[in-house]
Amino acid sequence: MTSKHGSHAHDDGRAAGGHAHAGSFLTTYVFSKDHKVIGIQFLFSTLLWFLVGGLLALGIRWQVAWPWAEMPVIGKMLFSGEGGQISPEFYTILFTMHATVMIFFVIIPILAGAFGNFLIPLMIGAEDMAFPTLNMLSYWFMWPAFIAMGSSFFVEGGAAKSGWTSYPPLTLTDLNGQTLWLIGLTFVGVSSMMGSINYMTTIIQMRAPGMTMFRLPMTIWAMFITAVLQAFALPVLTAAGFMQLGDRLLGTGFFIAEGWTANNAAMASGGGQPLLWQHLFWFYSHPAVYIMILPAMGMVSDMISCFSRKPLFGYKPMVYSIAGIAGFGFIVWGHHMFVSGMNPALGMAFMVSTMMIALPSAIKTFNWLGTVWGGNIRFTTPMLFALSFVSMFIIGGLSGIFMAATPVDIFIHDTYFIVAHFHYVLFAGTAMGVWGAIYFWYPKMFGRMMNEFWGHVHFFFTFIFLNGTFFTMHILGVVGFPRRLADPYHYDTFRHLQPLNEFMTWCAIGMVAVQIIFALNFILSMFFGPRAGRNPWHANGLEWQAPSPPGHGNFDFQPIVYRGPYEYGSPEVDTDYYPQTQPPPEKKPGLAAHPHGEPAVAH
Amino acid sequence: MGKFWSLLFLMVPVLGVASFVVAPWYKHWLPHDISQNGHVIDHLFYFILWLTGAVFVVTEVALFLFLWRYDSKGTHNPVRYTHGSHSLEIVWTIIPSAVLLFIAIYQMNAWAASKIDNPAAGPDGIFGTADDMPATLEVTGRQFEWRLRYPVPEEIRKKALQREGDAESSEDPIKDLYVVNELHLPVNEGILIDLKSADVLHSFFLPNVRVKQDAVPGMKIPVWFRTTEIGKYDLVCAELCGWGHYKMKGRLTVESREDFNKWLEQKYREQEATQDSQLADSKAKGDSE
Repeated sequence: MTSKHGSHAHDDGRAAGGHAHAGSFLTTYVFSKDHKVIGIQFLFSTLLWFLVGGLLALGIRWQVAWPWAEMPVIGKMLFSGEGGQISPEFYTILFTMHATVMIFFVIIPILAGAFGNFLIPLMIGAEDMAFPTLNMLSYWFMWPAFIAMGSSFFVEGGAAKSGWTSYPPLTLTDLNGQTLWLIGLTFVGVSSMMGSINYMTTIIQMRAPGMTMFRLPMTIWAMFITAVLQAFALPVLTAAGFMQLGDRLLGTGFFIAEGWTANNAAMASGGGQPLLWQHLFWFYSHPAVYIMILPAMGMVSDMISCFSRKPLFGYKPMVYSIAGIAGFGFIVWGHHMFVSGMNPALGMAFMVSTMMIALPSAIKTFNWLGTVWGGNIRFTTPMLFALSFVSMFIIGGLSGIFMAATPVDIFIHDTYFIVAHFHYVLFAGTAMGVWGAIYFWYPKMFGRMMNEFWGHVHFFFTFIFLNGTFFTMHILGVVGFPRRLADPYHYDTFRHLQPLNEFMTWCAIGMVAVQIIFALNFILSMFFGPRAGRNPWHANGLEWQAPSPPGHGNFDFQPIVYRGPYEYGSPEVDTDYYPQTQPPPEKKPGLAAHPHGEPAVAH
Repeated sequence: MGKFWSLLFLMVPVLGVASFVVAPWYKHWLPHDISQNGHVIDHLFYFILWLTGAVFVVTEVALFLFLWRYDSKGTHNPVRYTHGSHSLEIVWTIIPSAVLLFIAIYQMNAWAASKIDNPAAGPDGIFGTADDMPATLEVTGRQFEWRLRYPVPEEIRKKALQREGDAESSEDPIKDLYVVNELHLPVNEGILIDLKSADVLHSFFLPNVRVKQDAVPGMKIPVWFRTTEIGKYDLVCAELCGWGHYKMKGRLTVESREDFNKWLEQKYREQEATQDSQLADSKAKGDSE
């Protein structure tokens, strides 16, 4: 179906754009200042790390299903000293680095770095970002982080192994791995900071004529609010990281209690508080949870409206609820600390704010359902991923209420219930949304379509296996099955859960395996996919009026915006879409000013 | 294919609900509750489960129905050209916020009973001060074991020493009992624990008692509960504390007051005996040197 649309487009979409500069290979593809190249650089890097993070997850699943069993084939290679088994120490490295890689090298940079970079100038009708050099640096500052984290596996003592939350004082007993982790994190923070300043400035300053704030697509609103969140929350994490580095290397005692000792750790002055780290860490990392979901929500809103051929239901409530999530996001961090020893009266305050943050999420869900209702739904691959985002986010959102209820949290805190919850939000939600976005904007990035049939196959198996892996985690959590245990069957209470864990591990293996389909589709379509044309999905956004792929400078005409991005099925025109740049019917003479504003013939 | 994909999305609520219905049959469910306060937490869990379960089913089925009904291949009805509904937005803002606020208020007493209303706090109720009532015992997390320190009542101490028949060697006996990982508690009695950590963070988790509390270096955190059933249960460390976190396992034995006193006496006698022999050893060493 998509190729059919593609073939009807007016030109082959490869117009070079009005501003193409000839540059050397190095400045065009490596140290490029073009937001599209930087976005694609982010996309490739994060997809590679996605693979690494997925394999680390399989290591965790292997150990939980069959503790101390010899890993087939690769076990002897990786752990020759342990007889092919995962050692308990390596197990702690596995889950620490799985989370670290997935959060800091995959989800945050693929949303903000890859899609934020690629889409923001295109969707607001700008030539490029406000600060192209800063933009380039934001990508290259990821590399010291990649190197620090990657090399930490090979230093004495191995990579960081105190959990991605890095709670002191356990982290202070770690060797070099933790130092490299903190250094890596600092670089990720600097990179994100450069990105977020750039995004805010670009969205505020560089919108095309007529592109008012309330004509912005939800993707851009989400990216904008995410950038604000990042700009205000990140400095706290960076500062906390430096404080922990100080405790490790300089003999300070921010997080060290009076008279504290542990093996391997140098004696320190003391007088600090371990809970202080948790407050600082979650002051960033809770907003970070929204940094990891809001852009996906924005992109999913765009896809659902496009493939329902219907305006987005409740545009302004959607914008306000994103803003509401961001606002509340700053005052709920304490819900990670209900049983941490924090004053329980404070816990009650955080409980109330946490309950209320469920509200904007509920509003968004109802509006997505409202968008689908009465539409003319096309089950394309991006649409399926977007719909699964909604379906899965309902689960992830509702399971959050259990944790927000402080008395219930006493029981399920640090069990697999929370593991289920955040995987439903971050994997079944964000990662599925990102896959949808890749299928959706791939033609714009590379000028060719991805294969729809294999896209559907990829979606089907990913959807089945992800639910097999993660839904069952709720059940484990109800039994109280703790996370981060190398051998949970040590406890009588959990011994009967092993068969369920084996089932989950098989699902996880299947889930990673079907990504081969995606990888092949992604790579091969770049060379053999059908040419996309400018607007293969018959969508309204500005980016679909630019050539595919857009040349340097993006647009070969000056885009002028006449309406919001969700005018599908408008009675004003005969087509079922109404691009933002298309002048209203009575102003027809204006059409000549931009040759590509004309809609393609509807079928 | 639209129908096929709609049905796939219908499978989410169908199988989701089914797995929660089947799980208790296989004992994949809340562990047996042996505490006085646990049923409050369980009740709240069920309350939220039913509530979220209803919302889950309604929204997921609505999604299915819309996909089934508005598949572009099946129907050729014109798209409903609407940008939203102000009154609907108000409805689905006010109802969820009322429900959420209700849950928030409804649970406050349960939280207070578990974490705020410290039985040891004086009438003025300052959090965490255990001055009015002595703690039943002190629990200290340490890589990778639970160190327990029981105060031993004087009559039990006397009894233990008498039976040993050698009061002389215990001129300066240690008054407390130190044990590792074996948490014994008298049934139907209020328990107050001073929770500490000797090195890193740990978490004191009794699944059957619905109690979990992190142990933090530099802090003494009160934990209280009351068990109601005799038996042996798991004591789990629920906060990552290093490579041996998985084996930081304690055993909770709930027994009658009588058995508990006997256990206390016996353990205390054993402790004194080893204490004495150690004392004798060091004395002998000192003499020989």
